Amino acid sequence: MELEHKKILLEPVVDNNPITLQILGICSALAVTTQLAPSLVMSLALTVVLVSSSVTISVIRHHIPSNIRIIVYMTIIASFVIVVDQFLQAFAYDLAQQLSVFIGLIITNCIVLGRAEAFANKNPVWPSFLDALGHGMGYSVILISVASLRELFGNGSLFGYKIFIPITEGGWYEPNGLMLLAPSAFFIIGLLIWAIRSWKPAQVEKPEHQIRVVHRTEAR
Amino acid sequence: MADYLSLFVKSALVENLALSFFLGMCTFLAVSKKIETAIGLGAAVVVVQGITVPLNSLIVTYLLGEGALAWAGLQNVDLSFLGLVTYIAVIAAMVQILEMTLDKYFPALYNALGIFLPLITVNCAILGATLFMVERSYTFGESVVYGVGSGFGWALAIIALAGIREKLKYSDVPDGLQGLGITFIITGLMSLAFMGFSGIEF
Repeated sequence: MELEHKKILLEPVVDNNPITLQILGICSALAVTTQLAPSLVMSLALTVVLVSSSVTISVIRHHIPSNIRIIVYMTIIASFVIVVDQFLQAFAYDLAQQLSVFIGLIITNCIVLGRAEAFANKNPVWPSFLDALGHGMGYSVILISVASLRELFGNGSLFGYKIFIPITEGGWYEPNGLMLLAPSAFFIIGLLIWAIRSWKPAQVEKPEHQIRVVHRTEAR
Repeated sequence: MADYLSLFVKSALVENLALSFFLGMCTFLAVSKKIETAIGLGAAVVVVQGITVPLNSLIVTYLLGEGALAWAGLQNVDLSFLGLVTYIAVIAAMVQILEMTLDKYFPALYNALGIFLPLITVNCAILGATLFMVERSYTFGESVVYGVGSGFGWALAIIALAGIREKLKYSDVPDGLQGLGITFIITGLMSLAFMGFSGIEF
């Protein structure tokens, strides 16, 4: 693989992560992460939709009139989402019920439309494929790490297998109920961003308002 | 009437789209730096939500649902698999029509909403509300209340967040949390506060 292609594939995983840096596709990242299994399915579903729509858009990129391009993208994305949705309804009905509206919401997931607009409509098929795969992986990494934390501390289990045995079943672990509720998702992603940015200081945002230390002789 | 009031409170506060279902998060985090822009976007969401949810409800009842085409003599047709693509098309078309109407008849409001109208097409809160409406099979009346209520709740949340962020500019945030990180933590705290509404019922 050429160096540039490798960069396209790997950059979105940490250095330019869609969730923690580009603020894209957050809705579903927060909502489905109470358990590991649905988040894994959600990551797969998003990656499949992202890769197939990016490739399709890249193939027909010279034939899309630029003033109606958004509607064309939406139609292509919606068609792939319908395919994924019907597939899940047929082969993984319980998980599809658990994910409820969030599979449908992949249509409005900004990562998919964002990559179509920013990358696939300007680049050939192979780089578009790698770019989509990279962004899918970046999304999955965050989703899976948040979900493992929430399921492990909220339920004491991973994929439904008990790791920490809760008190109610004769073990020692007191499940932290907050982990299963909405606020914890925000906190975990906030702290995850803190961790990533401490590791990669280049991602730190400039404060809008600089606090200046005033010496007491200057202060009035 | 009491049912409608209860549904309104439930959709606006208890099941707030932004803070308990995480819908419309991308715009929620990106466009909440100033109170004025937050109010503009909030108003646009209420309007679009109040139109598209009832409209999609009519489409589901008379075109797409199982046996919905009975009025045309087609009892056995079930088009519900076309749902997703239809809803998003309706939303995109409505936003476009709304934009043109406002531009022609209410230029002041059009300028105030500005770039937020087209952005709304890809706001998951709008599609999310429609999907919840379908999943819970609301009637037409309920869908009007649900659309306006959930839009109102979303607007309330983004305006509150913008208010907090305007003050936050002057606080000393650790480097790594600057910007996006601290916004997530604040949203978490707000969501914790909104959970306090969960006991309210009429």
